[in-house]
Amino acid sequence: MNNKPKIGVYVCHCGVNISKTVDVNELTEYAKQLPYVEVARDYSYMCSDPGQLLIKEDIKKNGLNRVVVAACSPRMHELTFRRALAGAGLNPYYLEIANIREQCSWVHKDKSEGTAKAKKLVSAAVAKARLLEPLQEKEVSVEPATLIIGGGIAGIQAALDIAGAGFKVYLVEKTPSIGGKMSQLDKTFPTLDCSACILTPKMVDVASHPNIELMTYSQVEKISGYVGNFNVEVRKKARFVDFEKCTGCGVCAEECRLAGRVPSEFNMELGNRSAVYLPFPQAVPAKYTIDPQRCLMLTRGKCGKSPKCADACAPGAIDFEQKDEIKEFKVGTVIVATGFDVFDAARKPEYGYSDYDNVLTGLEMERLISASGPTGGKIVLGKGEGEVIPRDIAFIKCVGSRDKSTGNEYCSRVCCMYTAKLAHLVKEKIPEANVKVYYMDVRAFGKGFEEFYDRVRREGVRYIRGNPSEIFKRNGKLVIKVENTLNSTPLEDEVDMVVLAVGLEPRKDAREVIDLLRLSQSSDRFFLEAHPKLAPVDTATEGVFLAGCAQGPKDIPDTVAQAKGAASSALVLMASGKVKVHAQISFVNEATCRGCGYCVEICPYTAVELVTVNKMGNEVLVARVNEALCKGCGACAAGCLSGSIQQKSFMDSQILQQIAVLGGK
Amino acid sequence: MSENLEPNVVAFLCNWCSYAGADLAGTSRIEYPPNLNVIRVMCSGRVNPLFVVNALQQGADGVLISGCHPGDCHYMEGNFYARRRFSVMKELLEYVGVDARRFNMSWVSASEGAKWKEVVSGVVDKAKEAGPFTEFRRNKIDW
Repeated sequence: MNNKPKIGVYVCHCGVNISKTVDVNELTEYAKQLPYVEVARDYSYMCSDPGQLLIKEDIKKNGLNRVVVAACSPRMHELTFRRALAGAGLNPYYLEIANIREQCSWVHKDKSEGTAKAKKLVSAAVAKARLLEPLQEKEVSVEPATLIIGGGIAGIQAALDIAGAGFKVYLVEKTPSIGGKMSQLDKTFPTLDCSACILTPKMVDVASHPNIELMTYSQVEKISGYVGNFNVEVRKKARFVDFEKCTGCGVCAEECRLAGRVPSEFNMELGNRSAVYLPFPQAVPAKYTIDPQRCLMLTRGKCGKSPKCADACAPGAIDFEQKDEIKEFKVGTVIVATGFDVFDAARKPEYGYSDYDNVLTGLEMERLISASGPTGGKIVLGKGEGEVIPRDIAFIKCVGSRDKSTGNEYCSRVCCMYTAKLAHLVKEKIPEANVKVYYMDVRAFGKGFEEFYDRVRREGVRYIRGNPSEIFKRNGKLVIKVENTLNSTPLEDEVDMVVLAVGLEPRKDAREVIDLLRLSQSSDRFFLEAHPKLAPVDTATEGVFLAGCAQGPKDIPDTVAQAKGAASSALVLMASGKVKVHAQISFVNEATCRGCGYCVEICPYTAVELVTVNKMGNEVLVARVNEALCKGCGACAAGCLSGSIQQKSFMDSQILQQIAVLGGK
Repeated sequence: MSENLEPNVVAFLCNWCSYAGADLAGTSRIEYPPNLNVIRVMCSGRVNPLFVVNALQQGADGVLISGCHPGDCHYMEGNFYARRRFSVMKELLEYVGVDARRFNMSWVSASEGAKWKEVVSGVVDKAKEAGPFTEFRRNKIDW
């Protein structure tokens, strides 16, 4: 192709949006005399079909090889006009747009000023267009497999959807069982479905699905590569129990010398387990794990004369010599469903969580009410002889949410409703109980939420608007100091038990995931989505998606919906099998590159690396861009000392042309 | 100092925040001075410090670089590079005798159309105060 620039300039009136402030005729005449301009035309709506046809015909008839459109913002119609160019057989990147609407006609009133500015913008666009180069959009293949990090309800749902569509799923869970926080809940608001009843069938489905490879008690160690081609390393921690031989019978746990003496994480340390344990009865996989921090054999190397678990295990599954295993595999997409931590109530010392046994958190109350919990579902205070049933129970909302003093300004979205649910369950189990809820606001926003809140109030739960300032003990009772802000009355209410509706927080180990995948955090420290509205499950790293509370506090329906969204986003990539990579990316002029590696350090995507090449008989280092990883920010180009690494469509030479026009008077 | 009523400012805007913010100012019909002309780059991290010198050499009276708010960069860290490069750059320009009012940096997000107007007005006013810039002028060269 003859590459002498032949530029066409197309000035849009946009009805009167542009022509009101910019003299389009004068602008068109001005454009005609600019260097290399072959034709210049104006039209009422350039983006319309006839407008585009005008461009296409000129390309074919006049042999234009560059197009400048003076119209609205490139953020608006750049794609439209690129398609028009492609439709006429011209490379779509031979297009430059002069933004004479959003940044000219709409912000200026004086027509002579507007026209003068528009002339400058068009002139700069023409100057740049002369140097535009054709670009190719490359495609890379997508490995038909997904890595899902986190086996809570979000990870479970996403895994089932993707596996159901026929793609391979690697589900990696840190703890010995999948199920996550949802497995610890008793009932779920607002319908009061039993949490285990709706969750455990899904857990079993995950374990038995032929397309899902479940890796529990495992951690992702390393992820490298790019969209469609991630290489993953997972550490499968030693369980010290042979996974194949273990039948899940539980004799080992009964025989363990520490049986009933190790606090159970699942029961929020209200109950105990053994050193060899199944986190909870319905755990998936139903395989026992030895706690390496507790087991006498593993901590002291000695357990009586011989370890009783090993003696009792008929299949001989106990293996104290077991080592961690590293598993490597390749996936095309990644879903991060790492969930949340509950707020540590000890950080609000005024509520006495660390001082008084009968101040509990919502999740502890959940375990106390649950039939699979430490008390078999009885709400009691104290143990054994001293066991009493509380009569006056108070709930305090927004503990660790909507609270600048804790650094959590956000609303945790679930506490209002789980408080209502727990209050209902208390009334169900102890009908004569006085239940009070201290609140700032009640946010019952979801489907069926307001109705449920109404129902709970009708059942006799009293809602008192006020944020308690202090909880202390008097005559064996807990005293809540609070002002009822609806009638400005200071109160000192005496109760037997306080439940703190603790909020949701980003996980303490979130940093590990951030480092693995180079994710960003929003100001609330949850993982940042690519766009808060239009890309809520995507991340800035292509091929990596978010699901569930890792992205922000959510209830179960929202979590499931987002997990399905993340699954479908991953499926879009995998079903097509190919993904287009950006065209406006960086490239290296190897002839002038001196291999200093500045660009390698600058690149936030590790897209640039140094490679050895043979330059006229000498082995030298030069930079090379991985085209699938490069996102086209151009930071490397600004840092290069010799101008050897450049960003396509934003090359130094092109930008300097714009500067020369716009800087000149 | 001579009377300079119409300063000429060259602005480098990142595509994702500041350019979108400037577009929003247009969509919201927020009027501002016409003395500032925009060059769109994908990220403020793309702006080579030499672009600033070049703009001044070509005859610009002021330069503005605007990106996403720190921490909000579409490319994670691009605006941090921009910030660091230009805090050094600013000192250098002052050292060689360029009025600090000619050189500006701002953070304008895609939702801050009104702030964009404030930024433009401020930058143009400062360039006005500083007067026409003649020191670095060099003959126009053909790239």
